[in-house]
Amino acid sequence: MKYTDVLIIGGGPAGLCAAISAAEAGCKVLLVDRNRSLGGQLVKQTHMFFGSEKQYASVRGIDISKILLNQIHDKENIEILNDTTILGIYEDGVITAESSGIYMKIKVKSTIVATGASEKTLAFPNNDLPGVYGAGAVQTLMNEHGIKPGKNVLMVGAGNIGLIVSYQLLQAGVKVAAIIDAAPNIGGYLVHASKVRRSGVPIYTRHTVKQAYGKDELKGATIHKLDENWNPIEGTEMDLDIDVMCIAVGLSPLCELLWQAGCEMKYMNELGGYVPLRNERMETSIPGIFVAGDVGGVEEASSAMVEGYLAGINAAQSIGHTVCNIEEKKKDLHDQLHALRSGPVGTKIREGITQLQTVLEAAASSSL
Amino acid sequence: MRIEEHPIVGFQRGKSLQFKFNGQPLNGYEGETIAAALHAAGIKVLSHSHEKHRPRGFYCAIGNCSSCLMVVNGEPNVRICVEMLQEGMEISTQIGKGDILR
Repeated sequence: MKYTDVLIIGGGPAGLCAAISAAEAGCKVLLVDRNRSLGGQLVKQTHMFFGSEKQYASVRGIDISKILLNQIHDKENIEILNDTTILGIYEDGVITAESSGIYMKIKVKSTIVATGASEKTLAFPNNDLPGVYGAGAVQTLMNEHGIKPGKNVLMVGAGNIGLIVSYQLLQAGVKVAAIIDAAPNIGGYLVHASKVRRSGVPIYTRHTVKQAYGKDELKGATIHKLDENWNPIEGTEMDLDIDVMCIAVGLSPLCELLWQAGCEMKYMNELGGYVPLRNERMETSIPGIFVAGDVGGVEEASSAMVEGYLAGINAAQSIGHTVCNIEEKKKDLHDQLHALRSGPVGTKIREGITQLQTVLEAAASSSL
Repeated sequence: MRIEEHPIVGFQRGKSLQFKFNGQPLNGYEGETIAAALHAAGIKVLSHSHEKHRPRGFYCAIGNCSSCLMVVNGEPNVRICVEMLQEGMEISTQIGKGDILR
């Protein structure tokens, strides 16, 4: 059996920051990731981040991951276990894992789940043809491995991921036939949308995929326009000669471990699916289990980092550790989250989080 | 199709590795996943659905969706999007659900 104060599950932006802040508070930290290397999806983000200086605005994701990893490696009280998958969380504080083929047990005082999210799929005929890929997967292929996904791409989804990956496809020398979105408006930042439009890529809002075709591989797709009630308009079909379709219609939290642990979950469309109920300390309905990042509601890497710092400090405090000016630090982190979620782009997130708070308050008052 | 020039990322490929896909010799690089090496070699069909045997390819690249399960060195159900390529690997298309008991 292995012993630790704080176990952090997932070494993406949220988990890395949680490890840093828990370690700064003096905890013994074990940071576990099922992948070979840490950094999560930061390692393929070749674009510069938004937000403020505290969340490394204007720094590219790939470089942010290096900065955070350097801080992690400098701390003697952080142990890293890569290639390790957490299998189960038990009531007595024992957590089981598989580490490079070996089954192991870890006894913890506090746990932070920062497992992230995975890409959603979209229903249309032949959506399973090879060539129909998640947009994040294409980003991995291009930006991490330097491999083109194909020759001509249809991007489905005009949120930030769809827009950014389209721009990165152009940078890699791949043609983008069009970006489509079923919604009446472009969901992502307009700076990103303008950038791809200036490069000659059309963005069709109120459009969706009618069908994909091809025998063993994607050979093309038909798109069509939707009316105000989201019904297809006959006669608006357009045929696109593409060999890759990227699905960028959002992510859903990877919360299997939270379900298994028995955390109270709530379906929140605004946050990407089922998310754990948690208080302002990022603690779930099960004392000692904290969350940070996309697993608690799909947002951006910037807010995932801030949530990570917050969960790290709170997890440390819950087991008797502290840092100087702890309340000021926590207030600053809450203020940063508030700033990141302000403005029209944060509307959905704010609504989702407000609803979660309402559920929590209702639960608290009924238990009085 | 490998990217040779990129405005932001300088790809430093590891040493060249030889592997086999369904008996066919192919080349890839150290530090890349099996899925990346296969894609670079133009191989898109990785597995088949169990009931209708429809071709399946790469999808999530984070070891989550089960669309890329293959047999690697005799071991079935390997998630090749997160498994690193190694010298001499024998990679083959999986038939059926895979049985480690044999």
